[in-house]
Amino acid sequence: MAQQSEVGKFINKYAIFIVLIVMVVVLSFLSPAFLTAQNLINVLITESGRGILAIGVAFTIISRGIDLSVGSIVSLTSVIAASLVQEPSYSARIFPNLPLLPPIVAVLAGLVAGTVVGMTNGALIAYTAIPPFIATLGSMIIARGLALILTNAYPVPMLRPEFKIIGQGSLGPIPYVVIVFVLVAIVAFVILNYTRFGKNVYAIGGNVNAAKTSGIKVDKNLVAIYAVSGFCASIAGILITARAASGIATLGNNYELDAIAAATIGGTSHTGGIGTVPGIIAGILILGILNNGLLLLGISPYLQQVIKGIIIVGAVVFDMRKNARQK
Amino acid sequence: MEDYILEMKNIVRTFPGVRALNGVDFQAKRGSVHALVGENGAGKSTLMKCLVGINPPDSGEIWLKGGKVIIPDPHTALKLGIAMIYQELNPVLERSVMENIWLGREPMLRGFGVLVDHRTMHEQTRQLLKELEIDIDPKTKVKELSVAKMQMIEIAKAISYNADVVIMDEPTSSLTPNEVEHLFSMIRKLKARDVAIIYITHKMEEIFAIADEVTVLRDGNNITTNPVKGITFDSLITAMVGRRLTEMFPKMESQIGEVKLAARNIEVPELLHDISFDLRKGEILGVAGLVGAGRTELMETLFGLRRKSAGEILIDGKKVEIRSPTDAIEAGIGFLTEDRRLNGIIPVLSVKVNTIVANLRNYLKYGFFLNLKHIHTDCEDFRDRLKIRTPSLDALIQNLSGGNQQKVLVARWLLTNPDILILDEPTRGIDVGAKAEIHTIITKLACEGKSIIMVSSEMPEILGMSDRVLVMSRGQITAILDRKDADQETIMRYASAKANNNKVA
Repeated sequence: MAQQSEVGKFINKYAIFIVLIVMVVVLSFLSPAFLTAQNLINVLITESGRGILAIGVAFTIISRGIDLSVGSIVSLTSVIAASLVQEPSYSARIFPNLPLLPPIVAVLAGLVAGTVVGMTNGALIAYTAIPPFIATLGSMIIARGLALILTNAYPVPMLRPEFKIIGQGSLGPIPYVVIVFVLVAIVAFVILNYTRFGKNVYAIGGNVNAAKTSGIKVDKNLVAIYAVSGFCASIAGILITARAASGIATLGNNYELDAIAAATIGGTSHTGGIGTVPGIIAGILILGILNNGLLLLGISPYLQQVIKGIIIVGAVVFDMRKNARQK
Repeated sequence: MEDYILEMKNIVRTFPGVRALNGVDFQAKRGSVHALVGENGAGKSTLMKCLVGINPPDSGEIWLKGGKVIIPDPHTALKLGIAMIYQELNPVLERSVMENIWLGREPMLRGFGVLVDHRTMHEQTRQLLKELEIDIDPKTKVKELSVAKMQMIEIAKAISYNADVVIMDEPTSSLTPNEVEHLFSMIRKLKARDVAIIYITHKMEEIFAIADEVTVLRDGNNITTNPVKGITFDSLITAMVGRRLTEMFPKMESQIGEVKLAARNIEVPELLHDISFDLRKGEILGVAGLVGAGRTELMETLFGLRRKSAGEILIDGKKVEIRSPTDAIEAGIGFLTEDRRLNGIIPVLSVKVNTIVANLRNYLKYGFFLNLKHIHTDCEDFRDRLKIRTPSLDALIQNLSGGNQQKVLVARWLLTNPDILILDEPTRGIDVGAKAEIHTIITKLACEGKSIIMVSSEMPEILGMSDRVLVMSRGQITAILDRKDADQETIMRYASAKANNNKVA
């Protein structure tokens, strides 16, 4: 009996990873094209951007908030960065007389833009006490609008190769985008587990009164939490833009939902205080492999959506049952 | 002039519509336990929240170690050496004991300024807990601990700040007598280290057991400050309620009749074993036991919130199947739960709605509309009968004191007209005046012929109110005592029967 409950505990704890492994095994049998290096790298490339988004969003969810603006931040970052690295010969440049800037300027401009939107979210939530859902819903719409205003809804094409290489180049067999994803994941893991800020994030989400009475400055931490989310979103924005070789004002539409879904599937609890980086990575990989696998099996993309929805709800039901059982 | 470590002068604090503190003065000395007492709403917690920066005062001065200080937030308070154990427990449930204790001031790895040093954290926690004789693994998640152990962790945390002033706001509300004694020994150690301890409590016996001085607050004013030596229980109560309280336990003799409810061999796996007892008409059956003895679980089983695996319940000699609270209510059982904030009141709704919410069915007009006039007269009736003090029936219940909230919940259950009323800790966290009033209500109900089960952790309440006392230990009934045979010692002996090897914290 005790033996069995140990096994049960193990399964509960690592359910998400077991699901991932089972999916990989099953798909390998069903489709010979699945378990090839090229296909797996493709999955990673496709999911890297959203994975980074999911990690950022997870900070806000762990703190018992949400960030709906990350998709729009991807779009805004995309057009801002792209507008600064267009080929000088291209006649329809956003800034026609812009001198030739090193691509790092474009990258930094994009990162600053995303971080500023994130900090604004955090400040609104911390100092006006409006719910995170509303604050980030507002900034989602605003950032979307800004991206469209900036470009008049036209794409921003003809980017210089020094910039495009971020999204298209690779170190040996491993694409830069995947390397950046891994780096972001490692840094996020260290922050959440080994820094005071990380502990604060869990404490604020787990019990905000505990955080306050322990002398944690909740307001400042909230600003930082949403800044992290915005920063991650702008990293994703730059990677996706460089890969697409064009700045697009609608690039990140609906990405926020994928990111939230991935974090949720990965065990990040919307009641706050719970969530891990490995879990989130498993979450994003499950979504990615599902997309990829269903495609390889020739299943209709419409049906794919239905399946995805079921998995998200199922993951949360499972998680709540798991947490309830532990009590 | 004595040498005070802390002086609060003329503290004023208002909340919308309420002047909670009306120019209060308060002093505390090093190496001394200063009790702060008063009815609920007297301003005790508010005064202390001014001191730790949760609700900074509107005006007034705070002097600490001879210098004037301004404390805008808890961060500053902790830095100045003021730590507080809050009445509402404040653990981060999903995190470990050690992370909870060191939250906001985690030890850092030397040389890597930003990284937390978990090994040192673990070691420091282990030493702290060892020193305080608390037997808990620092890596345990707090949610796996009992409420009493969480309370011990909060206490350990406050002590770990090495503060000069430690405030304890009703620290014993969820502790067993052994644990209370353990806490008192910790307090004595703190005293020996010259710490000033401010001790908020509702329990009179604790004042006499541990405090050196006592300050009474009433309606946001300070009434008296005295050394504990030389004051009496009665004079304290009189100062608190502003009138003489001749009887805390105004028990009246009721007519005890037939067996109303009988439990036979009830089993709930891992929680309750072979529970059998009778409850008579007009009787108050006190249920005593330590935390975790299964008292609340038994009540939940009687009320259909838990499934029993065996046994039966008889009402008026007839077997009844109670599978849900709806079944229980139909069988004439009412259940006032232990935690009114969690399970009882709906804070953002009015007193009126909170009174009738379990009974809407009886107020329907044409089967659909609510008969508002009928509701109003009924609520007025209960307000007067139970002496519910509220500005109006439409006031939000969250603005009432704990005692008055509890009376509203009693009214809610009385509206369902139960024959059997289960009261789980009916006077927990409410002041002496309201306690006496609730006791009056309970005894009156028994005189009206209702059968009452009263679970309580407060020995005087059990002894003062019960006709018979049922004692539980580890999910079993260890004794059912008649009023004349029940005394503190006997009850405690049965409450810890078979639980002797179950070491408490």
